[in-house]
Amino acid sequence: MHELSIAESIVKTVIKEANKRNATEIYGIGLKIGALTDIVNDALEFGFQAIIPGTILENAKLNIENVPLVCLCKNCQKKHEIDRFLFICPDCGGRDLEIKSGNELDIVYIDLEYDDK
Amino acid sequence: MPERVNIKQKVLSENDKFATQIRKALKEHKIPCLNLVSSPGSGKTSLLEHTLKHFKDEIKIAIIVGDVQTENDAVRLSDSGGKIIRPIITGGACHLDAKMINKVFENIDINEIDLLIIENVGNLVCPSSYDLGEDMKVVLISTTEGDDKPSKYPAMFRRSSVMVINKIDLLGMSDFELSKVKENALNINGNLQIIDTSCRTKEGLEEWYKFLEQIIEDKKTILE
Repeated sequence: MHELSIAESIVKTVIKEANKRNATEIYGIGLKIGALTDIVNDALEFGFQAIIPGTILENAKLNIENVPLVCLCKNCQKKHEIDRFLFICPDCGGRDLEIKSGNELDIVYIDLEYDDK
Repeated sequence: MPERVNIKQKVLSENDKFATQIRKALKEHKIPCLNLVSSPGSGKTSLLEHTLKHFKDEIKIAIIVGDVQTENDAVRLSDSGGKIIRPIITGGACHLDAKMINKVFENIDINEIDLLIIENVGNLVCPSSYDLGEDMKVVLISTTEGDDKPSKYPAMFRRSSVMVINKIDLLGMSDFELSKVKENALNINGNLQIIDTSCRTKEGLEEWYKFLEQIIEDKKTILE
């Protein structure tokens, strides 16, 4: 259940960004979460909801984009989405695969509100 | 006026900042660092006890040992001759992060050590996300667990460089099959180096010690 720690890191980061810009409210957060991060959307949402009351993002919505695990086979140079975490090239059976996406754990954007501007 | 701001930041950027700092200091002093991970009870502490007893003062090993509660493991490692043992009690957190490591790392004189090992909290999920500044993760699995564990926890086995299979003296006592666990692990990570050990009979420990000697040697000869 590291989703709670992840939620805490997100909240900390976005509050810092909002303060830098003198925003008064954060009403949306865009996230990219790769398949290899072992992060469960529902658990993250649960952790997030537990810690936002009383903060400037208490009404914020999490918009999660789940990124599939995609690898490049170093042998045949083809890109494939990896199914069930079997790191074997479906074309040539190669095992030397480079991860192209699936490790993401990024905050892409924040939706901010400003007072009387 | 509401506004959407693109910030493109890694969620764990603060963790990664500390990890980078630790990695830089270790690189300057040419000290290798291992992040030892496993389920609870696979034998991380036993392996380290043997390692400390084997090398005595020949190789100076600092160990940062994480647990949710108690300093029991740290006491065991000190009793085995460990001179630089730094416990971290996470107080509930299921993993170590680089900020925790940095706090105790500052109190280790890296001029005085040859190797740093971080014994992570027993857990195959969360520790895989946190870079601690290590050169590599070593994942331990024991023959009293399921041989499908690599398939169940793919991220950890993918992100590890070495897999130690411990308690091989108990092979045959359960349905655990050595060939199956290796196949499952290699399906996730074809480059995984595998070492079979038994801390009880000491079988395979020589290979583990040689591996440690090798990474110390490799780090010394690495070109800037």
